[in-house]
Amino acid sequence: MRTIFYIIQKEFIQVFRNKRMLPIIFVLPIIQLLILVNAATFEMKQINMAVVDLDLSGSSRQLTSKFQGSPFYRIISAPFSYDVAMELMQRGDVDVIMQIPYGFEKDLIKEKRTQVQLIVNAINGASAGLINAYSTNIILDFNREVLIEWLNPAEMGGIRRIVTETSYWYNPRLNYTTYMVPGILVLLVTIIALLLSGMNIVREKEIGTIEQINVTPIRKIEFIAGKLIPFWIIALFELAFGLVIGKLFFNIPIEGSLWVIFLSAGVYLFVILGFGLLISTMTNTQQQSMLVSFFFMVVFILMSGLFTAIESMPVWAQRVDLLNPIAYFIKIMRMVMLKGSSFADISNLFYALVLYAVSIISLAIWRYRKVA
Amino acid sequence: MKRFRGFVVKEFLHIFRDYRTLLILFGMPVIQLILFGFVITNEIKDARFAVLDLSKDETTRQITEKLTSSGYFRLDRNLNTYNEIEEAFREGEIQLVVVYEPDFARRLERDHVANVQLIGDASDPNTANILVNYASGILTNYLLSMNAEVIPMKIVPETRMMYNQELKGVFMFVPGLMAMLLMLISALMTSLSITREKELGTMELLLASPLRPMQIVVGKVFPYVFLAFINACIIILLGWAVFGVPVRGSVGLLLFESFLFISMALSLGILISCVTNSQQLAMMISLVALMLPTILLSGFIFPVENMPMVLQWLCHIMPPMYFITAIKSIMLKGNGLFFIWKETLILIGFTLFFILMSVKKFKIRLS
Repeated sequence: MRTIFYIIQKEFIQVFRNKRMLPIIFVLPIIQLLILVNAATFEMKQINMAVVDLDLSGSSRQLTSKFQGSPFYRIISAPFSYDVAMELMQRGDVDVIMQIPYGFEKDLIKEKRTQVQLIVNAINGASAGLINAYSTNIILDFNREVLIEWLNPAEMGGIRRIVTETSYWYNPRLNYTTYMVPGILVLLVTIIALLLSGMNIVREKEIGTIEQINVTPIRKIEFIAGKLIPFWIIALFELAFGLVIGKLFFNIPIEGSLWVIFLSAGVYLFVILGFGLLISTMTNTQQQSMLVSFFFMVVFILMSGLFTAIESMPVWAQRVDLLNPIAYFIKIMRMVMLKGSSFADISNLFYALVLYAVSIISLAIWRYRKVA
Repeated sequence: MKRFRGFVVKEFLHIFRDYRTLLILFGMPVIQLILFGFVITNEIKDARFAVLDLSKDETTRQITEKLTSSGYFRLDRNLNTYNEIEEAFREGEIQLVVVYEPDFARRLERDHVANVQLIGDASDPNTANILVNYASGILTNYLLSMNAEVIPMKIVPETRMMYNQELKGVFMFVPGLMAMLLMLISALMTSLSITREKELGTMELLLASPLRPMQIVVGKVFPYVFLAFINACIIILLGWAVFGVPVRGSVGLLLFESFLFISMALSLGILISCVTNSQQLAMMISLVALMLPTILLSGFIFPVENMPMVLQWLCHIMPPMYFITAIKSIMLKGNGLFFIWKETLILIGFTLFFILMSVKKFKIRLS
């Protein structure tokens, strides 16, 4: 027991001795939290539009002013030819072009049917879908106004309507920040824990000090425990720090109980640290270890449901995701922090993490050889 | 020159000997591209929803049927009371609840108006917003088909999706992935390989050799230029062959921009290694200060225009943004240098700046 204590002491001294490392461990994540949480948003703030009005009638102008009136749209140009508008899009100045064809109003009155073209810059597929939906809605809205204006009430009466009332629970104003903070917290804790532990043993290997430890009577399990615990404490401290920042600056809700959060975090960190140690024992240089960690981290993060929903992934990928610890923990954090789920609600996820932690640490201990 | 050649050969040997690193360096773009292409989508498919049908008539059944058959939604369960909604959400699987008012069909026939409530689980606001929009779109379509004979005047919007007709997410990701991997290989790997010599103490030997400091640094980064360039080509080829991401503009210009970005990242890597002494530190700086901004502050996943003003300024001092804008413009829009001269100049400027800084910071003596 005393041996573990000395190893822990040594690791702490090593971390705190490095004057440049400390700010990176503690300050940078906070800055990143502040910046990234604000950066990560799909919310459309402004849609730049060009209108090519070839009809120049009262109706076409009304339709244009309908777009002008919407807070989302900014009409930055109204050229008289499609080619000019297209060049603006080519240059990246407009997101959508609306072309009102010649005869728009005439067709509407005579043929009872007329067309409008929307040309959307679809390089970003997700935004393009939203722009299309918004624009179509405004046009349909305009359609309804035209009907009300030109038809008598008797004709209107035959049209059936379904009134849709929408409500958003847990986050009524659809504040994306609230959603991102738990996820980004997980991310930062993970990065620090995985990289610190992943490069730790391998560093001793590279510098050669591992041999000195190998000749001491310390047992494998003591050595591993001594390596794990300091980073575990640092990472937990960082999580607490991040939660405080989230509470102070973003006013994120913490609906559930803190002990559920920290209990799951404790187990989760053992998974990540175990993973890092495993990488550490299997590589020979820090460069290798960093690359391997980075590789797994990117894959895990992208598949974790942080940025895109897990439910929309193909089934085989969802199966692979059962092996992704970040996915479990992000889910737990979101459920507990945003919805106030109790331990019973997350118990399945929690036990999965426990199982994961036990197996990966056993694997790391088994892989670690006390010979050079 | 002969000495220099010898040095470069040594560096190549160092890299090629380390087959694990090589495997990852070349396996990474392939696996990540496949992940991005097949797995990471913003499209909604089979989102689970629950129905609280207080009416239970033909019309509500039809609407539910329409929702399920759209491919976006999968009916998870039927609820009986309002109180069950809370519970359904808390278990975490259900993302949308549709509530039909009592006497739905009868009210629709008699009063020509009926109420439906869509409740989204907005603990994921983005998905909730999209789901609610899709559901109301499906409702509107259902109504349109019901009203088809009665509506006298119709304006039909016709949409064309430019550059990316099928709205494939991978079109966004290929340029971003290139930026990320080139940054990783160029900035991260070079900074590590130079600090490694410092950490192991072999830097002293190199500095004491007749090679000039400049030659040492250039010799160190040279193999990585090579690796990064091959990687860029792999990504472009794979994106084109597997996912149909086109290169509509000139390939030469595309490679030139990539080369420019690689030089920028390399000079940044050299700068980092000049100011650090341990690999761990160099890696932390590169990773925390470079990678996350490359992924998040560059328009890779999240559009720059949507960010708050302060962050937009911050994006403008990050080189990856310019690179991504430039190559998107070349690959997807088919633009020439005329459209992207500004980005090109800025990248050149960054490169010169980093080189100057590293020359100033480079010490020939070890402390």
